[in-house]
Amino acid sequence: MTDASLTGSTPSAGPQPQIKWGRVRQSRRVQDKILRVTATGATALSVFVLFWILGMLLWKGGQGISLDLFTKITPGPGTAGGGLLNAIVGSIVLTFLGIAIATPIGVMAGTYLAEYGRGSKLAEVVRFINDILLSAPSILIGLFVYVILVMPFRGYSGWAGSVALAIIALPVIVRTTEDMLRLVPNGLREAAAALGAPTSVVIRQVCWRAAKAGIVTGILLALARIAGETAPLLFTALNNSFWFNWNLTGGISNLPVTIYAFASAPYDNWQQLAWAGALLITGAILFLSIAARALINRK
Amino acid sequence: MVAISEQTYKNATAVTRRDNPFRFDPLFAALSKAAAITVLVLLAGIMSSMVYGGWDAFAKFGTGFFTGTQWDTMNDNYGGLPAIVGTLSTALIAMIIGVPLSIGTAIYLTQLAPGWFKGPVGTAVELLAAVPSIIYGMWGLFVFVPLFAAYFQVPVSQVVEGMPILGTILYARSPSGLGILSAGVILAFMIVPFIASLTRDMLDQIPTVLRESAYGIGCTTWEVVRHVLLPQAGVSIIGAIMLGLGRALGETMAVTFVIGNANRLSASIMDPGSTIASRIASEFNEALGMQMNALIALGCILFFVTFVVLVIARILVSRVKQY
Amino acid sequence: MSQMAVQEAPSAAAPKADAPVRIGVKNLDFYYGGFHALKDVNMNFGDREVTALIGPSGCGKSTLLRIFNRIYSLYPEQRATGEVMLDGRNILSPNIDINELRARIGMVFQKPTPFPMSIYDNCAFGMRLYEKLSKSELDDRVEQALRKAALWDEVKDKLKQSGMGLSGGQQQRMCIARTIAQQPDVILFDEPTSALDPISTGKIEELIEQLRADFTIVIVTHNMQQAARISQYTAFMYLGELIEFGPTTKIFMNPDQKRTLDYVTGRFG
Repeated sequence: MTDASLTGSTPSAGPQPQIKWGRVRQSRRVQDKILRVTATGATALSVFVLFWILGMLLWKGGQGISLDLFTKITPGPGTAGGGLLNAIVGSIVLTFLGIAIATPIGVMAGTYLAEYGRGSKLAEVVRFINDILLSAPSILIGLFVYVILVMPFRGYSGWAGSVALAIIALPVIVRTTEDMLRLVPNGLREAAAALGAPTSVVIRQVCWRAAKAGIVTGILLALARIAGETAPLLFTALNNSFWFNWNLTGGISNLPVTIYAFASAPYDNWQQLAWAGALLITGAILFLSIAARALINRK
Repeated sequence: MVAISEQTYKNATAVTRRDNPFRFDPLFAALSKAAAITVLVLLAGIMSSMVYGGWDAFAKFGTGFFTGTQWDTMNDNYGGLPAIVGTLSTALIAMIIGVPLSIGTAIYLTQLAPGWFKGPVGTAVELLAAVPSIIYGMWGLFVFVPLFAAYFQVPVSQVVEGMPILGTILYARSPSGLGILSAGVILAFMIVPFIASLTRDMLDQIPTVLRESAYGIGCTTWEVVRHVLLPQAGVSIIGAIMLGLGRALGETMAVTFVIGNANRLSASIMDPGSTIASRIASEFNEALGMQMNALIALGCILFFVTFVVLVIARILVSRVKQY
Repeated sequence: MSQMAVQEAPSAAAPKADAPVRIGVKNLDFYYGGFHALKDVNMNFGDREVTALIGPSGCGKSTLLRIFNRIYSLYPEQRATGEVMLDGRNILSPNIDINELRARIGMVFQKPTPFPMSIYDNCAFGMRLYEKLSKSELDDRVEQALRKAALWDEVKDKLKQSGMGLSGGQQQRMCIARTIAQQPDVILFDEPTSALDPISTGKIEELIEQLRADFTIVIVTHNMQQAARISQYTAFMYLGELIEFGPTTKIFMNPDQKRTLDYVTGRFG
């Protein structure tokens, strides 16, 4: 690129100006222009797709938002009307149960990585494997839970669904907890230890407190991640078109699988419900993602 | 000064400690270590359950499972080749379309966007990554596929009909819009925000001095990107691309909606096909006996392929921020 | 520079004659991994005296200070050998209860380290760990500590507010209050004023002067006038070795070692 800038493209006019404008060769300008246009175009396309998807959801799903949606259970085949009440409640139960299982394990594991395991071989391996688990296909996690929980107990269950979601949420929580604890200055740990606090007290009363916003952000992101997960629920919680049983044995209705089943079904009211459900779930996930971002940026 | 003496031992007992206030300390350390080990146990569990569940199919069909093209539920004869090829080809198409778009987006976000614009656009791209895959599937099936069939498949098929090679690869026998190519395009849209935000973070980590000194000697933005930024972040960008690839290989719901779920191997990317994930998603609940073993065996193959891809990716990326 | 230091030296209170030894250091060596940071240090710290550790950066003065409460044990690659006797027990021995030791030896750090909790909870942190106190006893002790740290009047109406909201100087005094609330025997100061403005520095120096009545104090400082103003004993360290240790007036006015003289008169360092 240096030789390009040295060879001027305009002929020198007269003796006096040593340095002239317009030494940037035309081909370099064109290259640069192409980059700018492509990069801007690529970004515009991404943003356009986001708004297209949101627009589609609002348009098609918005028509289905009604009181019935939240008060009636999913209709049977060929039955008119109906709502998504059981699916909404089921999804909330599954998701929060998943987070409730994943949070203590995830926070403790992240704490090990950031506090106890500094420089240890075990921590290095766990960190690596956790990153793999973070990107592992969710359908395989569904298969895994099927093999360990559904097959032996001969039946789909809400518990199995929650465990599958917990396994997906876990690596997110581990990762954020570790990253956020690493941001806590060492001086704070030293100061607490200097008062005679044992390691567990330093961690619980000082480090966790200092990293609280970050850890909560991680949990919110994990919640957003699992709220829309469909594949792992197909073989674990399955679905159920009835009001669900609170002890979570047996299939449990949930939004993603209901949407999947209804979206391409031949009944208009089912399709309408699928769109309304899609709008609800996407709205909830985007809200959680934005809330998580706001929480971490506030600090 | 006098020597150390016992008389100075005054406060030693003045402080009354609570009865064993720190009993919890070793327990807490042990719990946190156990939680960390859980992560390892989970991965090992996933790996062994795949091998265990798929064992019967591997044992019965041997290498034929990788090369067979039959998926015959009547006679319990299963070959995974169409699904394996479908998985690889959709992922490949997604990478071909998605990688330039991702890197372009990352370059725009780090180099070209005006300051006030970076935040909102960056957030929009990240939100796109948070949209669940089933939504992409619905968008793909109901919005993208009809448009794709009418404005791409039909005209392209007419043009390439009878041509050598292209006439095979791009010809749609039934231009329904469903197929390998549609799945690849949807996957591309799904991985763009993911790779783009990772790449943006890596470009942001490059010291400003480096960039400024390149601009300082008169480089254009293209030259700065081409000769300074990409070489600097090169390896980790490849890592980010591999992470995207891992995601594309295992993506399920979006693909299941648009790929057409055909069990045959076709030479045309316009034809319906299936991927490992879509095959599992659409058949697993009705599967019994050997069919289920064969599906888990497919899952096992998917696991090892993505595992290798992700291991390479993680080594290359070596810890960039990612949630 | 040299004149200033010399003139200010006598202003510190004279050392008490025959103060009993509080901390006895014998044959102390310290390693950061493979780096030998302290070499055969021997010295005694008198009860209820202020001892200043001075020397150029990297001379090991902070390292020495961080041995007395074994805060270095947080980092597995750091280790100390030798003997540090506190009230008749070797604190380097593996049998010592490190947490109890740290409760008896307070430490104030270079940068203020407010915990992410209220001012009250900050001050009560150490007491809650080691003592069973009723609410009113705890209130009393917090108030006493804040009064001693000359912070009470500034914060008495906002004890429930976060300690992070105070100014740097106030935060540092809160950290001192937090330390003295626990009623330690010894307080270690690691360059406590280097991050503060001159007014806050003055307040903290005054405070250390008063604390001397109740506590044995060891202070690391890079500011020689500060050492001269507030300490009774001064130790000059250089490259991990203790060069000279004696009454502050002697170290600043007629040290035995040429290197000490060069340092206190500003010829190097």
